Formats: sequence, structure tokens, C-alpha cells
Amino acid sequence: MNATLNFPAKGTFARGVHPADGKALAADRAIEVLPTVAQIVIALQQHTGAPCQAVVTPKQQIRLGEKIGDAEAFISAPVHASVNGVVGRQSVVTLPNARHVKMIPIASEGEQLEGRALYEEILGGEWPLTKLDEWTPEAIAKRVRDAGIVGLGGAAFPTSVKLVRNEKKPVDVLLLNGCECEPYLTADYRIMIEAAPGIIAGAQITAKACGAKDLVVAIEDNKPEAIAAMKKAAAGTPVRIISVETKYPMGGEKQTVLAVTGRTIPTGGLPLDVGVVVINVGTALAVARAILRDGNLTHRVVTVTGAGVRTPKNLLVPVGASYRALIECCGGLLPNAARIISGGPMMGFTLGSLDVPVTKGTSGILVLNDQDVRTSEETQCIRCGRCVDVCPLNLIPTRLALAARKKEWDVVKRYHLMACMECGCCAYACPAGIPLVQLIRMGKVQMPRE
Amino acid sequence: MAEQDNTKAVYEVACSPHVREEINTAGIMLDVLIALSPLVLAAFLVFGVAALRQVVYAVLSAWAAESLFNWMRGKPFSLKDGSAAITGVILALSLPATAPWYVAVLGSFVGIGIGKAIFGGLGYNLFNPAMVGRAFVMIAFPSLLGASAYVLPNSTVDALTSATPLTLLKMEGVITGFKALFLGTTNGSLGETSALACLIGGIYLCLRRTAAWQIPVAMLGTMALISALFISFNLLSVLRELAAGAALFGAFFIATDPVSSPVTPKGRWVFGVFVGLFVMVLRKLSGYPEGVMFAVLLANAVTPLINRWTIPIPVGGPVPVRK
Repeated sequence: MNATLNFPAKGTFARGVHPADGKALAADRAIEVLPTVAQIVIALQQHTGAPCQAVVTPKQQIRLGEKIGDAEAFISAPVHASVNGVVGRQSVVTLPNARHVKMIPIASEGEQLEGRALYEEILGGEWPLTKLDEWTPEAIAKRVRDAGIVGLGGAAFPTSVKLVRNEKKPVDVLLLNGCECEPYLTADYRIMIEAAPGIIAGAQITAKACGAKDLVVAIEDNKPEAIAAMKKAAAGTPVRIISVETKYPMGGEKQTVLAVTGRTIPTGGLPLDVGVVVINVGTALAVARAILRDGNLTHRVVTVTGAGVRTPKNLLVPVGASYRALIECCGGLLPNAARIISGGPMMGFTLGSLDVPVTKGTSGILVLNDQDVRTSEETQCIRCGRCVDVCPLNLIPTRLALAARKKEWDVVKRYHLMACMECGCCAYACPAGIPLVQLIRMGKVQMPRE
Repeated sequence: MAEQDNTKAVYEVACSPHVREEINTAGIMLDVLIALSPLVLAAFLVFGVAALRQVVYAVLSAWAAESLFNWMRGKPFSLKDGSAAITGVILALSLPATAPWYVAVLGSFVGIGIGKAIFGGLGYNLFNPAMVGRAFVMIAFPSLLGASAYVLPNSTVDALTSATPLTLLKMEGVITGFKALFLGTTNGSLGETSALACLIGGIYLCLRRTAAWQIPVAMLGTMALISALFISFNLLSVLRELAAGAALFGAFFIATDPVSSPVTPKGRWVFGVFVGLFVMVLRKLSGYPEGVMFAVLLANAVTPLINRWTIPIPVGGPVPVRK
């Protein structure tokens, strides 16, 4: 083995913010299995890329893990049934990101894999790699595609795309992202504690597929228990566990790669451009299950937390369960619940209703209460520069946002509008309460294309 | 399915991020006022009640001016953001103890009116409002604000009986001791005499990130460099150059006005160097003993250009042009 990199490069990146992490609410809650729900809703597009076409017909009996929809396109991933039951009529559902997508409902019926047995199948037990020699890299990538695996960190980019070898862009580092820098969320933290052997196995399988020689797991240094559990599981394997500084947005791909390898991903580029494949720790676990247990991606761990929910929990849930079912499992909402967010408080989407299905990219449901949500009147920008001091991408957010508001397209281009990743540090730090991210997003959408 | 009692029909929908740092503009302005308090205290100790009287005149008239111009422009009253009070205090601290009341009043009205309101109010002004007011009264009342006006030979206040250190240096070649400059027991504009008070307030501002630290570092560094290279390569002489006159007051409190200084990190360095350079040019080559006010106003004028010249390159390079 030729490990040439000296990890961590610096273990940090320039600028960023330190929001109150709120993780104590759910961090020590062991993963619970959501009781079987009466109906699930499988969205046909849960990922970045081409939507799936249904391959089932109404009233058809279907088993857990059977395929429901698939697509021909390279950048896509099939979807599978997450319960045993009966297929319903195709309809449309609005996802938390406000996209209207086609969906297939499934009514649960008959005996289900549930409770402890489900937990053991997805998270528990041993993950021996004795048969890994039988798998070629191409076979692994194909199996990952067929299992419907997408990035479970939130962006839901089809994982198989990252594993297909590209001769022009050789990969030498596989980076597992266990930073979980979004405040409140603890799903990755819990699986690193409860399913570390599976994650380590998944890392080795993924590395074989993409050809990486250096296998690294990056974990923020505020998670010592997760670091300890992962180090224990990684003993005797080529996987190295690296602790990085606790700072938002450390879990952003560009920031993690920079902090761990010292390499800068070009603007508009991918980690692949600098020889790195980045996957979330949960994704690695799903890969292990796909290869070693022949399981498709049907379940994931979701953190239900925040001061507006009665009992915060980390739940193992079927993809397609409604947010309402998850919240009810956590004792329901409190009367002062003010804002319901899919994802974390820095980049998550707010929900208008609880009747939306969990998708593969749902990492958490956060319910903030009246005190958490500080709405203040917007005042004039005094160019204090706090947004500049925190922007991890070295942009001038105030210029971008205010020029976008006035539709001054030459100015927003000069200030590199499209380089912004909308992490929210600027709006978090803005004393004038200017909705910088919102204005920048509007600008990106409204700016005329050449 | 049972109806959940606590479930509202509709929840608020908003753009991320959903949490914010507990900070607002008024808090930043309060920070500046806190940082200015050692200067006011020093001015009181050196010049007595006259110093406080000057501050009161300037702040009250700044408030009156802000209210008047807001009313004229049909804008809501904005005194609680604290920016008018800061303009008042800084203007007062840039005046001599001897200036009559109408100097502070007129300076405040011109500073807030011509310096700020006509540009569109807080956040839009091109120039530092206090310096606009100061420049106006200086030109309107040369006899009340010129070097000789600082001196009251028969005053009971010690500091007022001799000329300001920079005037003494320029006109008579008399060097004022560093200890007097550091503590502030010299003549001068109210806020500038005590280097110690300026440093306490200024370092507080920089630590609180309310003032951009690059500006005072660049400005004072440039002045020190010029002083060492062209005047005297001697530590004490360099320190005297920095401690005399309004250099420290200007570096920490005037040049760092966020609205009229650059927002880019590199731009702040350029701005500081520019101000430092002009202060030295004016001090050494012009007829004025001091040049902080004009240097800051000149630098304010080029701030938009500095911003444009120093747009940072994003991490990962510029956005690629799509073919």
C-alpha cells in the first residue's frame, strides 16, 4: 500500500461559524425502530438526476426490497418497496424541497420485518468481508446502482456514479464523511456508535470499487464516542479515523476534502477532480448491506429532534413513511412548535405540512419552537463584513445578495454568484437580519443564462 | 387517523438558515459607544467639564439632525440604531475644548445631513459623516479650529496653555515627551490626546470584531514605516509619531467606520495603507499640522474602487465559463 498523504492536512478550513449545536437533545438516544406504518409513499424521484418510471401496477402484491421504479439514465437510482404490501395508484406528492414528483403508495399488508430483526438486518451483527474477492469493481458499482443507493447525507446524489472508474481521473482517496456539522442532527453520530463495523466494511467495499488506496473517515472532534467506536471497529483494517475541527460547514464536501487532504475542489467541480470520492457514513453502511446482505436501500436513520417535539429520538424508518408518523412516534409536537424543518437548521427546508414522505435524503426532522426562531426586522447593510469573515468560500455575500435583489447581473457575476453553495453562514452571522441566502438563491434562478 | 391536537394547520415556511447569531446593528453601535467611553473619560480628565459639554452638544444635535432629516425624507425615526450618537461623539472628540457650542451643533447637522441623509441614510453614505461635519466647520470657522485656536494661554486647564504636540513640532521643532502623549496630558482635539485611551477602546473594538483590525494595523504600520524610513530610524520617534495627533483615534474609530471603508479583507489593507500614507503626506508636506480627517475623507472616496479592485477569488477559483 502506498499511503502518501499525511492526514489531516490541517483538520480545518478557513472561516465558517460555530452555531449552538443542539445535539444533546438526541445524541444519547439509541436508534429505535419505527413501528410498521399503515401506508408508505415511495417518491419516484428522491435523488439528484433522472426520475424513475414505475415498474409495478396497482393492486400488485409486493415484498420488502422489490423494485418499484427505475430509470435508464446514468445519473439516477431505482427505488424499492420498504414494506410488504399492496401497490396503490400512482399519484403526485410534494417533497420537503417543494418539488412535485410522482409517487407510488403502498399499503402495508401481511407479516413485516420489524423491530429487533429489522434493526439487526440493517445495523447490527458482523460484516465479514471474506467473499469480497469474488466481486469485481464493476460488479460492486452495478450492485450499488441496483440497490438504489444514493448519498444519505442529504444531497442524494446516486452513489454508483462516483464508483464508476474514470481513467482520466484516477481516485486515490476514499473519504467517509462523518462530520455531521449541521446542528441538532445525530443520525450519523448514532450509526457510527451502533453500526461502526458495517460502516468500516462498506468503506473497504467502496474503496475496492473506486480504486482508492487511502481510506479515511472524517469525524468532528465534538464526537469522541463516535471516534472511539469507529477506531475500535477500524482496528486491523486500512481505514483511518481522523478527527477534524468542529465547525460549520465542515461536513460540506469541499470543506471536508480540504480539511483532510489539503486539496481544493475547483469551483463547479467534484471531489473526483482532485482524486477523492466522498461518501457519507450512512451511505457506506448501505453499500455494505447491499453487497454483504443483498439488501436494497429501503430504510434509513432519521433524527427527530428540536425543542418543539416532545421526545427527541433517532429512528430507523422505512423510506416513504410520513413525517407525521415519525413525529407521532416521538410523542407529537409541543404547542409552541413554530417551524418544522427537513434536515438541519442551517440548510434544511421548512415544511408547510407534515404529510410528506421520508426520502432517501431525509437526515432529520427538526422542530424549532418560538424562542429558537428569531425573526428580526431587516435593517440596512452597514457593510460590517461579518458575512465576509465567515464565508467558507471566500465570497462577499452582502454584495451578491444586494446586487441580486436589484438584478444587477454584471455585479453578481463579477462577485462570483454561482460559486456560492448556500451554506447559510452569512445569513447566520448577519446583524442586519438580511436574508442573504434567499436573495442569492433568487439571483441564481433569475440571472439570465448566456 | 386520530387528529393530533397540537398540529397547526399551517406552519411558517422560510428560507434557511433557520437559526441566527444573537447580534444586531444596534448592538454593534453600542459596542462602538462602549469603546469610545475611555476616550470621553480621558478627555474629561484632561480638559474638564468643557469636554463633556462638547459631547453633549454634539450628540443632542446629531439626534435632532437625524430626526429632522428622517422626517423630511418621510422615513421612520432611527435613533435607536445608535449611529447618530456615534457620529455625535466622534465629532465632539475631534473638536478642541475651546470651540464654541455652535461649532458642534453645525458640525452635527452638516455631518448627518450632507454626510449621511442625502446619500440615503445609514448604510448608503460614501463619507464618514463625522468627518464631513468636521471638515465643514474647519473650513467655515478657520479661526475657531485652526492650530492657534486650541491654545488658551491663561486657562486653568494645563493642557490648554500650550500648543498641540504636532503644532509645536511643526512650528517650533519642540518634541513632546512620549509619556505625555501616551497618557494624554497634552493639548489637542478632545479624543485624540490620550494614546492609552485610544488603544483600550480600539483594541476592544477589534477583539469584538466590530472594527476591522486590518485597517488600524495597515494605517499605523504605514505611518510607522514612513516615519522610520524618511524621518528618523528611531523607535521612540516612531512611537511619538503614532501617539501624537489623531493617528490612533483616527485609526481605530474613524477609518474603521464600516459603511465608508472597504468590505473585502484585502481592500481593508489597501484602505489602511492609503490613509496612513496620506496622513504622513499631509503632516509633513502640507500647511496643516495634522491630516487624519482629510486622509480618511480621501480614502472614503476611493472605497468603491478599492472594493472593486480587491474582489477575492473564491476557494476553488472563479466560476468556470460554460461553453
